[in-house]
Amino acid sequence: MDTVKPLLRVSNLCIQVATDGPLAVDHLNFDMAPGEIVALVGESGSGKTMAARAVIGLLPPPMRVASGRIEFMGSDLCTLSYEQMRAVRGSKIGMVFQEPMVSLNPTLTIGQQMAEGLRLHTDLDEKTILARSLEMLRRIGIDDPQRCLNAFPHEFSGGMRQRIMLASVMLLRPKLLIADEPTTALDTLAQADVIELMLELTREEGTAILFISHDLSLVVRHAHKVVVMHNGKAIESGPTQQILLGPKAEYTRQLLEALPTRGHLDSAPVAKPLVDIRNVTIEHPGRQGFLFRGKPKRAVDEVSLQIAAGETLALVGGSGSGKTTLGRSVVGLVNPQAGEIFFDGIDILKSANREHRLQCQMIFQDPVSSLDPRARISQILAEPLRHVPGLSQAGRAERVRTILHDVGLSPIFAERFPHQLSGGQRQRVAIGRALIRHPKLVIADEPISALDMTIQKQILELFERLQKQYGFACLFISHDLAAVERIAHRVAVMQQGRLVEIGTTAQVFDNPQHAFTHRLLAAANPLVRRDDGSYQLRSSAAL
Amino acid sequence: MKTLSEMAAAPTVEAKAPTQKRPLPFNALIGGSLLIVLVVLVVLAVAGIVWTPYDPLRLDLANRFLAPSWSHILGTDEFGRDVFSRIIIGARTSLWISLLTVLLAISIGTLFGLLAGYLRGWTDRLLMMVNDALLAFPGMLLALGLLAIVGASQYGIVLALGLAYIPTVVRVVRSTVLSLREREFIEASRVIGNSELYTMWRHIAPNCVAPLIVLATSMFGWAILSESALSFLGLGVPPPAATWGNMLASSRPHLVTAPWLGFFPGLMISIALIGINLFGDALRDRLDPRMSR
Repeated sequence: MDTVKPLLRVSNLCIQVATDGPLAVDHLNFDMAPGEIVALVGESGSGKTMAARAVIGLLPPPMRVASGRIEFMGSDLCTLSYEQMRAVRGSKIGMVFQEPMVSLNPTLTIGQQMAEGLRLHTDLDEKTILARSLEMLRRIGIDDPQRCLNAFPHEFSGGMRQRIMLASVMLLRPKLLIADEPTTALDTLAQADVIELMLELTREEGTAILFISHDLSLVVRHAHKVVVMHNGKAIESGPTQQILLGPKAEYTRQLLEALPTRGHLDSAPVAKPLVDIRNVTIEHPGRQGFLFRGKPKRAVDEVSLQIAAGETLALVGGSGSGKTTLGRSVVGLVNPQAGEIFFDGIDILKSANREHRLQCQMIFQDPVSSLDPRARISQILAEPLRHVPGLSQAGRAERVRTILHDVGLSPIFAERFPHQLSGGQRQRVAIGRALIRHPKLVIADEPISALDMTIQKQILELFERLQKQYGFACLFISHDLAAVERIAHRVAVMQQGRLVEIGTTAQVFDNPQHAFTHRLLAAANPLVRRDDGSYQLRSSAAL
Repeated sequence: MKTLSEMAAAPTVEAKAPTQKRPLPFNALIGGSLLIVLVVLVVLAVAGIVWTPYDPLRLDLANRFLAPSWSHILGTDEFGRDVFSRIIIGARTSLWISLLTVLLAISIGTLFGLLAGYLRGWTDRLLMMVNDALLAFPGMLLALGLLAIVGASQYGIVLALGLAYIPTVVRVVRSTVLSLREREFIEASRVIGNSELYTMWRHIAPNCVAPLIVLATSMFGWAILSESALSFLGLGVPPPAATWGNMLASSRPHLVTAPWLGFFPGLMISIALIGINLFGDALRDRLDPRMSR
């Protein structure tokens, strides 16, 4: 490797907030050979995104390169003028962003957006540009590229949009592709798709990838080299195998250990079902047309399943599989068109009794929007207690203190506002709010997918501990199979509104029956911990 | 592990950014000095009830159009009335009318906006149909029509202008509510078992405060100006009572010969508007937990 002249060499890069602020990136060094895949791994705030943005010269205003060199194809990018840098961007260095939903302009057609780069950086005529765009779309697996060129971004799913984004970046055949968490917002299946496509396209063009991610397991599968970042410093770097086999730094080990392992080996507790869902069908009303509504979309199609008291049933599936809708129908946020839902023997769809609502709580995915920004933490936690009869002010305050302690937050948080808390802390508050009334059932809708890896692990651990302590049953909705494997007693797999497989965690993970389950598992987390403390790729999932 | 979670607290950078961009001391300085301006205005208005240098209504035809001097510091008008005394008296009328107008528009508008945005469906359609019909008239025209019905008086103006401003408030509140009701904390409130009314009152309404304050402060300005416009058209507070608006209006024929007649009421209107607007900004930041510590 050393004989090849590096494509990109970052040496002693320091990025500072304003002129006298703290260092966001602190003396970072790494090399990239042409065609090489290098992963920058770290949690939010580790400086990985800032480092990548410095490479493409798009640091957000208060940030600036304080010192160091970024040599790309022989020239120092830090010394280039604005115009020179613009010529490099897009044509030599491409970038794919995290959020496919917002990284395409909703008012321009796909064709217009794809052509933009070629028009700017090449002298090709319109005809060639069109031909190239069509060819690229065909290559990324779009069936009808002609139609796609005239379509608008909202007509595509997140995974599709990310493919299109990738296609329009690769159209210019850059030497270096910066991928900033390109798949974090996607579900497991779409994630595998997009990454495969990215690898395929770059291999053909010989493009190097600077892959930024917080997900170590995702990265090690494909990267040649890994740089682990923490608080702006490179904690550890080296060839992927070396890091997996013998992580030197304590922090790297923590990141690796944060990968969940299988939990409950005991089978599910046998009990009378707490929740009995029978043939539930839920339809979303169709789009309002000019005169009539469109055909309703069936989100959940004749699903039946039971949840026993005290057990954790995981509901997995891709986005749009209806798992969230089903969960919401159990708490009464959605009304099914057909079917019955029994809670503790009462049909909650027919009975006017609101008792089950008190016994049924929900934890939402996004800890930012699930807490009222104008309420203090103590108010948020105390709110469910309004519906507990005969509880004095002092009693409420006591319960709030207890639950704060139980979710592992210090009492000083009681008087804070949500924006003063980190994502993990907010999710702890959300869990506390769900549990303060000691419900029999908790519906957790992707409770950890918005969090960093090590925080995910903490929240999962907390969840398990609280389940033992409070004894609630849980419907755990997730697309993250690793987390599911750790926490669930039983697993139910949904695909396009149908329940395709249900069984104990061991059954589903070790001996999947349905083809869709196979695909899900193949796309999931591939790292296995060995007895000597090193890690290797799970053989079945290795590419 | 504890340290890890604390390090992960970094993502809140995004949430904290606004505080860094707006240094608080500076803000507090502006807010504070404008609060003082407002207090002075209010004191002026209240003081006018007990004391003015001259009787603001007494005619003194011998001393018409006196330029500002030591005896009449802001001069006298076409009937020889002391401009300073009239400005003091006018402060009370103008500010009082504007305040009542804004309160009326905000309270009724917020109520309908909340209902329309939160209940959706037919309630929303019906309310918005009426609302958009009202919005289709220029506010001034609407106020003129209403004044013609209720008659020109202080409270007639309040009623007319208040009603004319309601549709704007409804629009603003409704759109805020529409985006709020999709947030997960609203669903969380329902899952807890809170009634819709409670959710609306406890979680939706407080989060509408920021845009409402901005709107209210700018409406305060519109109200002062509209009142002058109505006075100008002869439908304002009837003479001889003084408001900044009708002083400005009656100064028009004498603008060349006695410019101070128009200058000082105009200056007062400007000061009051700037003061109220910046005070509103400061108030909004103060009430937002994300801005204050």
